[in-house]
Parts: sequence; C-alpha cells; structure tokens
Amino acid sequence: MTFRPRAPRLPRAPRVPVGSPLRLLLLACSFALAGYAGLRLLAGDWFAVALWVAGAALLHDLVLLPLYAAADRALVRAFTAAGRREWVMYVRVPAALSGLLLLVWFPLISGSAGGRYRSATALPADGFLTRWLLITAVLFGGSALLFVLRLRRATKQRPPADH
Amino acid sequence: MSDQRLPTSPGFWRSPLRGPWFTSVLGLVLLAGITVLFVTGLVSYAAYNPGLSPVNDQTPGKGLLGFYLFTWPTRPYWLYRLTQGVHVTLGIALIPVLLAKLWSVVPRLFTLPPARSLAHALERISLLLLVGGGLFEFTTGVLNVQLDYVFPGSFYPLHFYGAWVFFAAFLVHAALKTPAALRNVRRIRQRPRPESDLRSPRPDPPTVSRRGALWLVGGGSLLLLATTAGRSFDGPLRRTALLAPHGGAEPGGGPGGFQINKTAAYAGIDPAETGDEAWRLVVTGRTGTVRLSRADLLRGPLHSSSLPIACVEGWSTSDQWWRGVRLRDLAALVGYDDPPDVLVESLQRHGAFRRAALRANQVRDPLSLLALYVNGEELTPDHGYPARVIVPAAPGVLNTKWVARLTFGDLR
Repeated sequence: MTFRPRAPRLPRAPRVPVGSPLRLLLLACSFALAGYAGLRLLAGDWFAVALWVAGAALLHDLVLLPLYAAADRALVRAFTAAGRREWVMYVRVPAALSGLLLLVWFPLISGSAGGRYRSATALPADGFLTRWLLITAVLFGGSALLFVLRLRRATKQRPPADH
Repeated sequence: MSDQRLPTSPGFWRSPLRGPWFTSVLGLVLLAGITVLFVTGLVSYAAYNPGLSPVNDQTPGKGLLGFYLFTWPTRPYWLYRLTQGVHVTLGIALIPVLLAKLWSVVPRLFTLPPARSLAHALERISLLLLVGGGLFEFTTGVLNVQLDYVFPGSFYPLHFYGAWVFFAAFLVHAALKTPAALRNVRRIRQRPRPESDLRSPRPDPPTVSRRGALWLVGGGSLLLLATTAGRSFDGPLRRTALLAPHGGAEPGGGPGGFQINKTAAYAGIDPAETGDEAWRLVVTGRTGTVRLSRADLLRGPLHSSSLPIACVEGWSTSDQWWRGVRLRDLAALVGYDDPPDVLVESLQRHGAFRRAALRANQVRDPLSLLALYVNGEELTPDHGYPARVIVPAAPGVLNTKWVARLTFGDLR
C-alpha cells in the first residue's frame, strides 16, 4: 500500500460552557470564605464534622423528605379511594404540626437527653412526651371538631331533596 | 430520562404546589430571617468578649472571623436577653419555613444533566454547603438548647465556624436568586404563567391551594413560636412554653425559684467548700491579696440591682433582685480606683467557663455585683451560694457562680 491515508480530522473536543463571569466571581468569593471558615470547622474531628454536614443534607433530601412525602401521598390516595379527597387536610394539618413538634423536640420528648436535663437544670424531664401527646390530641381533636361543624353547616345549607 | 418513575424525570414530581411563587415567598422569608439569625449570632459571639482573654475564647483559631469584635456594653441591661432570645426563638420558628423551602426545590436536586456549565457546577457544590451547612446550624442549635450534646465536638466552635461556612454559601445564593425571587413574587397574577422547571409538567389535582400551603407552614412557625417564646419570661408566661427546654414550671418556689443553668450537684460543688468556715473569697490586685469571709463581705456597703439571667440557649428569667458588693468596690479594695479587667474563678471543678474574664466596663458598672442575696434571701446553692457575679447584659455563663477568686488587672 503506497497511499498515505489522510490523517482523520479529529472532532473538536466539545467546549465546556463556562457560564456567567459574575456568577463565577461571586462563587469564588463564597468558596474562599467558606474554605477559610471550613478549615477551622474541620480542625477537630474533621471526618465526623464533614459527615454531619454532608449527612445532614443527605439525610434530609434522601430520607426525611421522601418519607414524609410518601406518607402524604398514601394519605391522599386513601382519601381519594374513599371518594373524599377534599377531606385530606383535616388529617394532614394536625399530623404535620404534630410531626414538626416531634422532629424539633425529639431529644426531650424521647427522653434521650432527659438525664442530663434533669441533673443540670433541676427541672422534671418526664413531662415532654405527655405534653406532646396532649398537644397532638388537641390538634387532631380541633381538626375533627372543625370538620364536624363544617359538615353540619354544609348539610343544613343543602337545598332539600326533591321527592 | 423520560421514565416518570425516576426522580430525574420532571414528570416524577406531581405536587401542584411547586412553582416559582411558592419557592420565592419562602426564600424571601428565609432571607430576612437567616440574616437576623446570623447578626444575632455574631452579636452573641461578641457578648462573650472572646478577644479579652483566652479563658473566654472557645475559638482561638478564629483569625479574621473575629474582625468585628467590639467591647460588649452593659446597657441596656436586657440587651443579651433580647438578642439571644431572638436568635434562638426565631431560629426555632424558622424550621418549618426551611423545611418547606427545601421541599419546594427538591426536584432540582435530581436535574439532568447535573451541570450545564462550569458556573452551574460550582453553584451546585455551593448548594451542598448551603443545605448541609444550614441544616448543620439548625441541628446543632436545636440539640444544644436541649442539652443533647451528640454533635462531634464543642458547640461553640462548631456552631460559629459552621455559621460562617453556611453564610458564605447563603450570601452567594441570595445574591444570585433574590432578584428573581422578587420578580416572581411581584408577577403572581401574570398570565400565562412564566415557564419554570419547578412546576410539575403533569400535576396531580390539588388538595390545597398554594396560599393554603403557606398557611400550614406559617401555622407550624406560629405553633413553635407559641410553645417556645414563653421561656424568656418568668411566671405564667413560662408555662406556655410547653415543649421547649426551661419552659413549663419553675424549679421549686420561693426566692430562689427561678431558672437554673447548672445545679451545684451537676457542677460538682462540694457543700463542705461553701460553708462559712471553709469559704474565703480571694481578691488579688495591685496592692496584694485580700481574703474575705462571707461575714466580711456582708459588712461592706451592699448594693442592689434588678437584673435578668439570659442564657446562650435562648431562655432567660425576668429581672431578679440581687444584693451584694459592687465589683468596683472590690477592685478599689486591692488598689484600683479606676477598675481594670478581672479574672473570675469558680469553685466548679469542670465546665468550660469555670474561669471567666470580665472587661473593665463591666467591672465599672454600678449594677455589677458580687451577689450574696437574691430576692431578699441568701443565694441558694444552685444559684451560686456563697457568692456569684451578676453583670448587666452579660451572657449567663459569664455570671460566674460559687466564686472563689477575683484577680483584678491580670487575666492569665
């Protein structure tokens, strides 16, 4: 073979779009500050701290959020199946509020911080679970009451059926 | 990618609530709220006077991050009670807003391609710091006020440095998104609705309006506020703080029946050391060292001041009526007519602030006392018997209990 094959024209490497220079500049400033503080944040047990920061985001986005979203979807599906989709808020609202209180005050409600709390502050630590249950009962009770009142008003306002 | 069973597909996300208006309203609330949290947090850091002495400084490596430190004032005397009450109570009340905001933008976590440009890739890394850092700050704060010290290290450096990492990401996020958020909120009535990747392409029929969903978020904030805010007041108001630590009842009745940060037993105070025979206050200054018994102190001119206890954990008491010897009179006793800084040491065996430094302006204030009485009775052991410091506007932990030694003019 005598002919020399022409060197194949290499396809140009696709250029990575850079994006807005202002955005890049702002991000660079932010990373500089975050890096400065981050080195200090990680000065102790760096692995555990990094795990907490990244873990907080992952635990929220991939565990907590899917869990409550799935619970909500199941709730809506159940009400839809019963043909009462518009009633879902009477369960959703008290459940969400009660769950929120449990999430925020979990250490005291579950009693996991109770021992230290009691000995440090001379305050009782065993009332939190009871109070959370009572608040939950009041939330669901209030919601049920509202539901019954609205249902009665709706039945009264309905024009009498033709016979 | 178009498989709607995968979260990377826009069709996976069905809620009809998601959209630019909903996200923008929550974002603007957080912009205001988190700015207040950051400022009050920095204020609280300054209130400890970390630049005054190594004993006050939980973050000796702070470097430039302490650039703004200033002499913490003693007036108004309720200053720290206000700023720290706002910091913690507002932080707790913002939790539902934070959760709702994260929920409203979660489809973007799974967007493909992961990055459209270099700037976009960097912004997504920054978002990890924003979300991770933000949740880290909220979590460490919420755990610390419940005394559940499960986080990896001491609260002060974690929460302080974490705040700066979070705020760095928060600033750039606010700078990039606020203009659009303001636009979205103003354009609420625009039809047809502007295009947005946040809106579901195949939404479920709604079970609640966007407005209704905002009411639910606001209701969550109000519920947390209502069950927390009372811990900044004594008496019936405190009883309204049903789930918050230091809410509910007072620890016992009588003159000493107000909130305690650390009991004598918890701090490891041996009653044998606080008895009249054993206890002496050692005061050191320019003219040497004086040792005073409680009886000696009671002979000196006694003064009164009505001051609250305000803790970094966000709870505080109403004003209590303290009676004792002025700190500046004790400084004069050892040769300082113009009071200098003072190092206060407790009988406490452990605890980060068993030694604490007060600045000259705090010593000089006529309301600053070495208190011997509270509300007309001797201090109880849990409130620092035989003697405790009380300084206007200072964080609770700098009001040292079970004081054993005062060293004026030398903080080492």
